Amino acid sequence: MSGTHHDLEEHGHEGVKPSAEAGRYAARIRAIEALLVEKSVLAEGDVWRQIEYMEARSPINGAKLVARAWVDPVFKASLLSDTKAAALELGIDASGPVEFVTVENTPEVHNLIVCTLCSCYPRAILGRPPDWYKSFNYRSRAVNEPRAVMREFGLEIPEDIKVAVHDSSADVRYLVLPMRPPGTEGMGEEDLAGLVTRDCLIGVSVPRVEGVRAGAPGTANPTPRR
Amino acid sequence: MTPAKFEPGDRVRVRADGRPGHVRTPGYVRGKTGRIERFLGAFKNPESLAYGGSGLPEKPLYKVGFRQTDLWDGYAGRAQDALYVDLYEHWLEPARKETL
Repeated sequence: MSGTHHDLEEHGHEGVKPSAEAGRYAARIRAIEALLVEKSVLAEGDVWRQIEYMEARSPINGAKLVARAWVDPVFKASLLSDTKAAALELGIDASGPVEFVTVENTPEVHNLIVCTLCSCYPRAILGRPPDWYKSFNYRSRAVNEPRAVMREFGLEIPEDIKVAVHDSSADVRYLVLPMRPPGTEGMGEEDLAGLVTRDCLIGVSVPRVEGVRAGAPGTANPTPRR
Repeated sequence: MTPAKFEPGDRVRVRADGRPGHVRTPGYVRGKTGRIERFLGAFKNPESLAYGGSGLPEKPLYKVGFRQTDLWDGYAGRAQDALYVDLYEHWLEPARKETL
């Protein structure tokens, strides 16, 4: 899009259109934005381009990466060794100064992601983090009582499984590659992606198949459908 | 950047500095001993970037692993539970070799 003001106002962003009725904080932000443009710190339209960039990203990207890794061992190896390159293979452009690392859940290890210092999150892939991820409660407790925190999300990690918490407070952003749940042997990639929620990619949940009591680490043996 | 000083498996102690300002080393690992898991690359120094600096020279960044029971008194999880934090080299010093 070209960066003229006229274009921007015609741009159809539901709910994020510049608005004369916006509150005083919005007015202040607009004033700061105008000053930054005036001082050539930002170019006209930079803020909108960044909003568009972020709005175009969602946990669906992460679900696609996981589903492909479940059906394609070569892709899985690539995802674990170079997440950025693997994402690009699926058309997800995560280029930028930060690195991405995917950590794999196994029958022995369950991974959980947090950023204690702020809210570092793989935004270039998943978009914006959920509000709870930024809460003081999650950020402080995920590091020192991760099992209790996951229990509150409905995820009980068996005692013999190692819980690995990753505090992503520097230049690397983390994604969890969950285990493929039993009972999904006949499913195609698209349906598999449908099982992978945002919370699975952070590690506070695991993919579940309705009617199959499984998915949590340590319950890898398929149980009969009830 | 200078060549990375530590290798995976090295025991390191996180400096216990109470440095003011913008740092990316969480307080709860300062003074604690952990293990280098992997080298993550070199990145511009956030302690300089935060104040309008160039961030140069770039600083080596490592993923450092800690036993949860070494970090928290009365940790309620399991002995095998671990916590990993990404730390810049200038916050790390060699620690005595010991078996995990």
